[in-house]
Amino acid sequence: MSKVIVITSGKGGVGKTTTSAAFATGLASKGYKTVVIDFDVGLRNLDLIMGVERRVVYDFVNVINGEAGLRQSLIKDKRVDNLYVLPASQTRDKDALSMKGVESVINELKQDGFDYIVCDSPAGIEKGAFMALYFADEAIVVTNPEVSSVRDSDRILGILQSKSRKAEEGGSIKEHLLITRYSPKRVEDGEMLSVEDILDILAIPLLGVIPESESVLQASNQGNPVILETKSTAGQAYEDIVDRFLGETVEHRFLDVEKQGFLKRLFGK
Amino acid sequence: MGLFDLFRQNKKSSANKAKERLQILIAHERVNRNGPDYLPQLRYDIMKVIQKYIPIDEDQVKVQVENGHGYDVLELNITLPEEK
Repeated sequence: MSKVIVITSGKGGVGKTTTSAAFATGLASKGYKTVVIDFDVGLRNLDLIMGVERRVVYDFVNVINGEAGLRQSLIKDKRVDNLYVLPASQTRDKDALSMKGVESVINELKQDGFDYIVCDSPAGIEKGAFMALYFADEAIVVTNPEVSSVRDSDRILGILQSKSRKAEEGGSIKEHLLITRYSPKRVEDGEMLSVEDILDILAIPLLGVIPESESVLQASNQGNPVILETKSTAGQAYEDIVDRFLGETVEHRFLDVEKQGFLKRLFGK
Repeated sequence: MGLFDLFRQNKKSSANKAKERLQILIAHERVNRNGPDYLPQLRYDIMKVIQKYIPIDEDQVKVQVENGHGYDVLELNITLPEEK
C-alpha cells in the first residue's frame, strides 16, 4: 500500500525542502521505495538540496503534459537505493499543475510500486500548496518556534482539515508536527517558544524536534540530505523522525541544553 | 514583588508573551476559519450601516457563522453604547 505524505508549513523558509529531502532519504535507506516530488513550480529547489541539479532532464510538468514519460523523468539517487526525485518545472505558468495531471502522476507512482510518495509543498496557500496537500494521506507540518510560523501552521492545519480530498470524503489526513531550528538554550532563557508551548497551541501529535544546527547549511551547500550527516544532531534527529514515523518508539533527543563538561567549558568547542 | 521575582519574570517574558499573543490570535482565527470568504466584508458593511445611526466602535460588532446540521446560522451581536 503506498502512502502519500505532504511536507507543508504555510510559511516559507522553515525547512520544508530540507525535511522533504532528509525524510525521503531516510525512508529509502530503510528499504522503502520512495519518491520525493517538488511541487514548487517556478522555484525549483529540491534538486539542489538533493544534489541532483545537473541531472534534471524532464520535470513534473513535462510528465503532466505528456512531453515525457514518468520513468524517464524520475532521477534515481546515486547514494541511496530505492530513492527517486521528481523535480519541479521552472515554468512561470501558474496553472501548469492541473488537479487531473497531479492525480494521474500520483496514481502511476502507486502502480509502479512506490511505498512512499513525499510531496514537498511550496510556501503559501495558493495553488501549488493546495495541489501538494490535496491527495495526501498524512501531513508533516514543519514549524519554527516563532510566532508567524506557528500561526501559519495553524492556518495550514485548517486547510488540511477542510480542503483535502480526505476531508472532502469525510475522512481526515493524519497530522504530524515537526519543530525545526529548535534552540534549547534560548528556550531555557525564555526567548523562544518551547515544544510544550507549540503543542499547547497547535494541538497535534509531535513527530519530532530538529535542533538548530550548523550542519543543515553545510549539508545543503554540498547537496547532501542532512540525514546522511550521521554525526550531526540534526541528522540524528531526522533519523529518529523516520523511525518514529515507521511506528517505532524513539525517545525525543536534543530538547535540553547540553551540559558542558569541565574540559569543554575550559577550552571552548 | 521581590527583586528575584522581577528578575525571573523578565527572563521568561518574551516567549510567554509570544504564547499569549498566539493563543488569543489563533482562537480568534479558528472561529472565522470555516466561515465564508465574504464574512469580513459583510461585517464591515453592517458596521457602516449601523454607524449611520448610532456611533459604535468596530469591536462592538461581532459577526459569526455557526454550522449546524443541514443549516448554517449567521449570528450578529451588536453592543450599543449606553444612552447619555
